[in-house]
Amino acid sequence: MTYQPQKDFGTPESRSNEAVSLTIDGRNVTVPAGTSVMRAAAEQGTSIPKLCATDSVKSYGSCRLCLVEIDGRKGTPASCTTPVEPGMVVHTQTPHLAKLRKGVMELYISDHPLDCLTCAANGDCELQDQAGAVGLRDVRYDVQSTHLGQEKDHSNPYFDFDPSKCIACSRCIRACDEVQGTLALTMEGRGWDSKISAGLASDNFLESECVSCGACVQACPTATLVEKKVVEVGTPERSVVTTCAYCGVGCTFRAEMRGEQLVRMVPYKDGKANRGHSCVKGRFAWGYAQHQERILKPMIRASISDPWREVEWDEAFAYTASELKRISDKYGRNALGGITSSRCTNEETFLVQKLVRAGFGNNNVDTCARVCHSPTGYGLKTTFGTSAGTQDFDSVEDSDVILIIGANPTDGHPVFASRMKRRLRGQDGRPGAKLIVIDPRRTDIVRSPRIEAQHHLPLRPGTNVAVLTAMAHVIVTEGLVDEAFIRERCDWDEFSHWAEFVSQARNSPENLQPVTLVDAQELRAAARLYATGGNGAIYYGLGVTEHSQGSSTVMAIANLAMATGNIGRRGVGVNPLRGQNNVQGACDMGSFPHELPGYRHISDGDTRLLFENDWGVTLDSEPGLRIPNMLDAAVDGVFKALYCQGEDILQSDPNTAHVSAGLAAMECVIVHDLFLNETANYAHIFLPGSTFLEKNGTFTNAERRIQPVRKVMTPMNGLEDWEVTQRLAQAMGLDWNYSHPSEIMDEIARLTPTFAGVSFARLDEAGSLQWPVTEDAPDGSPIMHIDGFVRGKGKFVVTDYVPTDEKTGPRFPLLLTTGRILSQYNVGAQTRRTDNVAWHPEDLLEIHPVDAEDRGIKSGDWVKLASRAGETTLRATVTDRVAPGVVYTTFHHAVTQANVVTTDYSDWATNCPEYKVTAVQISASNGPTEWQEEYEALSARSRRVETGVPAE
Amino acid sequence: MNTVERLIHMANQIATNLATDDAPVAAVADHIQQFWDPRMKMLIFAHGTDGLSPVAAAAIKQLADAQNGA
Ligand code: SF4
Ligand code: SF4
Ligand code: SF4
Ligand code: FES
Repeated sequence: MTYQPQKDFGTPESRSNEAVSLTIDGRNVTVPAGTSVMRAAAEQGTSIPKLCATDSVKSYGSCRLCLVEIDGRKGTPASCTTPVEPGMVVHTQTPHLAKLRKGVMELYISDHPLDCLTCAANGDCELQDQAGAVGLRDVRYDVQSTHLGQEKDHSNPYFDFDPSKCIACSRCIRACDEVQGTLALTMEGRGWDSKISAGLASDNFLESECVSCGACVQACPTATLVEKKVVEVGTPERSVVTTCAYCGVGCTFRAEMRGEQLVRMVPYKDGKANRGHSCVKGRFAWGYAQHQERILKPMIRASISDPWREVEWDEAFAYTASELKRISDKYGRNALGGITSSRCTNEETFLVQKLVRAGFGNNNVDTCARVCHSPTGYGLKTTFGTSAGTQDFDSVEDSDVILIIGANPTDGHPVFASRMKRRLRGQDGRPGAKLIVIDPRRTDIVRSPRIEAQHHLPLRPGTNVAVLTAMAHVIVTEGLVDEAFIRERCDWDEFSHWAEFVSQARNSPENLQPVTLVDAQELRAAARLYATGGNGAIYYGLGVTEHSQGSSTVMAIANLAMATGNIGRRGVGVNPLRGQNNVQGACDMGSFPHELPGYRHISDGDTRLLFENDWGVTLDSEPGLRIPNMLDAAVDGVFKALYCQGEDILQSDPNTAHVSAGLAAMECVIVHDLFLNETANYAHIFLPGSTFLEKNGTFTNAERRIQPVRKVMTPMNGLEDWEVTQRLAQAMGLDWNYSHPSEIMDEIARLTPTFAGVSFARLDEAGSLQWPVTEDAPDGSPIMHIDGFVRGKGKFVVTDYVPTDEKTGPRFPLLLTTGRILSQYNVGAQTRRTDNVAWHPEDLLEIHPVDAEDRGIKSGDWVKLASRAGETTLRATVTDRVAPGVVYTTFHHAVTQANVVTTDYSDWATNCPEYKVTAVQISASNGPTEWQEEYEALSARSRRVETGVPAE
Repeated sequence: MNTVERLIHMANQIATNLATDDAPVAAVADHIQQFWDPRMKMLIFAHGTDGLSPVAAAAIKQLADAQNGA
């Protein structure tokens, strides 16, 4: 495809069902009521000149370039602010209009620098296009305007702001307000003096509230706001539609290219997850793909104390296969295992689990979803019958009450958060949805511009189940349940048993207040609001799952939704917000040791037979080891070899000391990744990986949406990741001959009923598909459980609150909870290698003023953070975002090693680690701990490559 | 915690969380059957019921008997 900007219809789409017919320039057109004349014209292929209108924001009517004539009406109304009417007759081109438009354009150009030839946006500038469109040939005004020659703001690492080129159209302000919801920009001054400002006059973009989502850059019709990359490389010449590889929102982007060089990632308007919006990570933070620290050649070494030796691919595969065979012969086949990644494509993940089951001959395969959303799988499968969220993202537009528990969407899932915030602010006279937030910390969404949560319940970390049970107590004892729904859709006996349990006096909010620290009256009010406020939707994240009762909390959430009838239609539902881009897909693809693709237990003989016949092998019927169990077995000396694709378990998994002991006890650790990550310090074989820009495949986002990932450049390491796994399998003697990931998807579809209708061809045609895609639902299933639950009757499960074994005491009096922030991603391996470090150069410890004062700690001080598992140091920031007794940090930076302090307590059902609760003590410190220093030294030693030059 | 200690902790934790089930022993046994790999099961069978809560102990015994019977 040669380069074409995405089509701009001028004003947003109308959602009305009523049709209106009119005539524009002699042609008939029918559009939904509420559509602007400008958009109606664009839909029939007539472009009316415009500057201040763009279809991502509401029209404003300030530039007066889009004037039209309408029969029977006086004057020349602006087409962007005039709604269509039945029978209207519109003229977009008349001599009178041409004259008016020229006049308008002339004014604009007289105050605009005329350096088009050297401007970064040359050829991609609407002002230039419109000057051409209206036939402007000369400018009669004396060019001595007031706002030329102003200083540029280069502070944002990804885009520049050149106020001299601004035409004061306010598209950027409206984009920031309406699309992003940050409200960072204002217009200062009037007329020729007007200037866009990011907050205070002294502020630049970097210091302002701006979160660098790029919506304003996208909206700007001139070169005023422009990507630095465009300034550097020039405008793109072709584009490819693909999917963001960062978070579970799964935004669709156009990768805009110049040759094999990526110029920019632009959010795609037809992307169904993001509807044209993006966040700083997907939009800008892809520089890691070309980072100098990327490893491009395979490397091997006999022992982790040796330096690495670069080898050719053939040698690497032969050596790896021989090592795996040696270990299998010596210690038995159960000594081998693999870890798939939620960062990799469905096809890659499918191959890794196939390699383990069919090649290694056991079920020792797990995924990093173990440490994030495995309780979602367990909990939703038990209650509803399927391991996935119930809604699509669009559904939030019909919610009346939004309940967020243990999730921080503005940081973790920013693009979805923007859509949620839009609904919370209300629009076009429709009042906003009400908001309930259950979180130990006052997350940004609790109070942000034009949004204020009705209820924030700042619970003590680790008491989710108690809070949800107390809410259920209120709903049942106050008679707020939806009995008709329950009788029709759920098992009534199970409901009665549950209702009887939650009604017990010991489960009342008053009784549980000492445990949860949540005000009973506030909790009652929140429960009433959720049960009676209309469509109630629950969104949750890792603050729910990463607990010793993670699975119970998921089931408690499902109970609440069923009890109030909030399942099976738009606007309601239970929605896990997935961390990494392909958590959903990794789980779907059979990455868990107890189940085959499509969530079918390995002990199920019929399913096994299906795979056995297709793969020509016999499968083990016993579940394999989960990640923590693998590490235990390694320490015991019986688990010896691990193939780890795209995961950094040393940094991301809890209790670092235990993880490193496990890794150190293995004889063959194979790391398949982009960089020498922390786990690679313990690796014997390094297989270089490819980025999402260098391969074909699919990701599945948090809405079960399967989306294509498309190769836009040749892999720098020579092979796509699926090819690496295939070559390894071949070296082990497996007869695999995929020539393209589409063939892997065909196999998935053949073996997995919920994927039966999926193929690359179908995905190309539809853009994306939400599973189940079956004969009954050939176009996928945006909303689940519409006429009945997948498991038949919805199952109420009694979830009794069990306090965690991780207890505070005199030595460890504070509770540490962990999380993430917007600009960084997971262990930070990618984002730390981009300019995103401008916003988060280090992990900070948040501590309440009272706790800080007790310990003599000020913001910026180095503190020692100690738990029963270990200790680390980092800098403190004193804030009342956290409650007294609670401290909070992120885990994006390897030097902090927050997981040195987390324990190996875990969810009772899935072993998902309890990251969110660790008893700790904080004290003043003057530098790194011994562990940090030793680890630094180990990393430096371990990263040596034989050329003599360290790789990092 | 060594591996056996951890398994005991896990079995007890499962038993506590399934205590409100209609048939807790069967539920615990089923859970362990479904999610533990053969070596983990073997280790806890070999260890016996020391340190296990009554429900966990009964479930482990039930599983071990079934395995020996088979
Ligand atoms: S980048 Fe996003 S947050 Fe920043 S000013 Fe532009 S629209 Fe607002
Ligand atoms: S910066 Fe761009 S979008 Fe904003 S007012 Fe100026 S020209 Fe318009
Ligand atoms: S990181 Fe998430 S929200 Fe941001 S662009 Fe990528 S998919 Fe979208
Ligand atoms: S585009 Fe309609 S007034 Fe500017």
